[in-house]
Amino acid sequence: MSENMLKIENVTMQFGGVVAVDNLNLEINQGEIVALIGPNGAGKTTAFNVVTGVYQPSNGAVWFEGEKIIENHPQGKMKKLYKGQHNGEYTHILAPTPDKVTKLGMARTFQNIRLWKSQTVFDNVLIAKHCRTTSNVFSAAFRLNHKEEAEQREQVEFLLETVGLADLKDELATSLPYGKQRRLEIARALAAEPKLLLLDEPAAGMNPQETDELTAFIGEIRDKFELTVFLIEHHMNLVMGISDRIYVLDFGKLIAEGTPAEIQNNKRVIDAYLGVAEDA
Amino acid sequence: MMKTKNNSARTLLAGLVVIAVLAVLSVGAEAVANSASSLSIMLAVLKKATVYALLAVSMNLLNGFTGLFSLGQAGFMLVGAYTYAILTIPVAKRAGVYQYYDGGIVKFSIPEVFSGILGESVGSVVGMVITLVICGALAAFFGWLIGLPVLRLKSDYLAIATLGFAEIVRTFIQFEGFAPLTNGSNTLRQYTTFKHLYPYVIVVGLCILFLVLLVNSTYGRAFKAIRDDEIAAEAMGINLARHKMMSFVISSFFAGVGGGLMAMYMSSVQAKGFTSAMTYEILLMVVIGGIGSISGSIIASFLFIGCSEWWLRFLDDPANNIGGLKLLAPGFRMVVFSVFIMIVVLFFRRGLMGDKEFPDLFRRFKRQKKEAAGK
Repeated sequence: MSENMLKIENVTMQFGGVVAVDNLNLEINQGEIVALIGPNGAGKTTAFNVVTGVYQPSNGAVWFEGEKIIENHPQGKMKKLYKGQHNGEYTHILAPTPDKVTKLGMARTFQNIRLWKSQTVFDNVLIAKHCRTTSNVFSAAFRLNHKEEAEQREQVEFLLETVGLADLKDELATSLPYGKQRRLEIARALAAEPKLLLLDEPAAGMNPQETDELTAFIGEIRDKFELTVFLIEHHMNLVMGISDRIYVLDFGKLIAEGTPAEIQNNKRVIDAYLGVAEDA
Repeated sequence: MMKTKNNSARTLLAGLVVIAVLAVLSVGAEAVANSASSLSIMLAVLKKATVYALLAVSMNLLNGFTGLFSLGQAGFMLVGAYTYAILTIPVAKRAGVYQYYDGGIVKFSIPEVFSGILGESVGSVVGMVITLVICGALAAFFGWLIGLPVLRLKSDYLAIATLGFAEIVRTFIQFEGFAPLTNGSNTLRQYTTFKHLYPYVIVVGLCILFLVLLVNSTYGRAFKAIRDDEIAAEAMGINLARHKMMSFVISSFFAGVGGGLMAMYMSSVQAKGFTSAMTYEILLMVVIGGIGSISGSIIASFLFIGCSEWWLRFLDDPANNIGGLKLLAPGFRMVVFSVFIMIVVLFFRRGLMGDKEFPDLFRRFKRQKKEAAGK
């Protein structure tokens, strides 16, 4: 039933002498909503960037739907510098570019919104469909692919309706209010037809009401598009309300994992977030 | 609803109609130009501006739509121009052109080959068009070759690298070792050219039409995504290397065709003339017209060539000086012209058209009318 969707295996990401992610192990099953939390600078976004192919991990592997998609081991200067564990266990190099990872079925949003600024709402979503286009440049230019194009446009209309932006589709993406830009970014990610949706702080900068709406929205799209969701978040309301499981990262290390209730009562997590009392 | 429909079938049809109309108009313009000797410069201006329109649009594809700041245009034009000239000099005239190199090593002329098969008039036109395609293909090949290392660079670094490429091409063509092929630093001349204005208009029109369709296709949208935000584009599954290369090669192709047409218009080519100043001239047209606007580039190239070659000519003539002023003298028009450009840049900061296209203006007008009626 609960098939393995994403598995991060012994991933260490070291920049020069700084270990940003230290031996991270994490599993996400199909249909789950899993959150990765942690204080600022804990390495959450770095972990995301490793999974999506932006960074090549220093050591370790990432599996997607039971297939190894990313693998690396310390090379060159890193051989001497490497401070992490499991050195020598990985021997292959698999380093797909982010676009290849997206084509495999993973799409992400960004912490600081990255919409295409000069494009309309509609075009922003439509462009994300490009990676599923099968026609070549000539048949596209001479409109021999009109069936495919019409289909894509229909799907985009449907997506915009689902996220509630249909009446704003001809507006410039940057003219939308902040909360709607977030929604648009999610719609754009959905247009790439992912199985796993990665959300990097989707509620950053939102007010409590917008956050509540977003929480409901994430649940909704998970059911509607049969998604698995992996998210980074600071808003505890959102994380606790929606996640099936939570992983907690501190200084690059995994310090806890479990259900929201377990995490709320975990002493190490409370210490990481609130600091340890001097006399404790 | 209007914008969500894909109207490239309509664009294709409308484009063909526009090209046909322009071709007819250009026949008329030619008749007018030939009617009076004072108007004869108009024909040259129109030919030159037509060629520059293609060059500006092809540069805009890279700089304006894909966000790749490349300055290799003159290099690709040079490849196109030399390819055209070398392949179309009639066999009988080769001994004269390549007088120092024993008639050169190319011993055929493509228009003549086709004339032999299809008859004099049709064959030579077919031959010229095919040669133009070869010009483009060769320039595109060079684009691909240069693109492999250079497209990893960004902004200014890419500009410097492509500028370097253009200079290298110019030097190589003048190299003595290649002289039997390129005639060294001597001019290539007496090759077959289009005699009238309308073939230029048709060829350029078709090339620009393709570029318009491309920009409005899914690939064009991907180019714009790369321009707006590379990281987001890559995260949304757009292969950066592949799409940048595609844009670069297509742009080089049309720069090559434009170079071939340029050779025709000039009726003699010499590598010396294809300096980086030529690239800047084209870049200026792109900027004045509006980065990311095809119609802007076309309008700007006609205004630019019209101003610099024709309308301001009277400023060069000392006979037009009024009173004791000795202001008007050869070269003065370029001073006035530069002032014009500064004024345009100051008042139209995003170029004449911004990133809008010509039909957009009507659309906005229509919408304003509708809104006014609604109120």
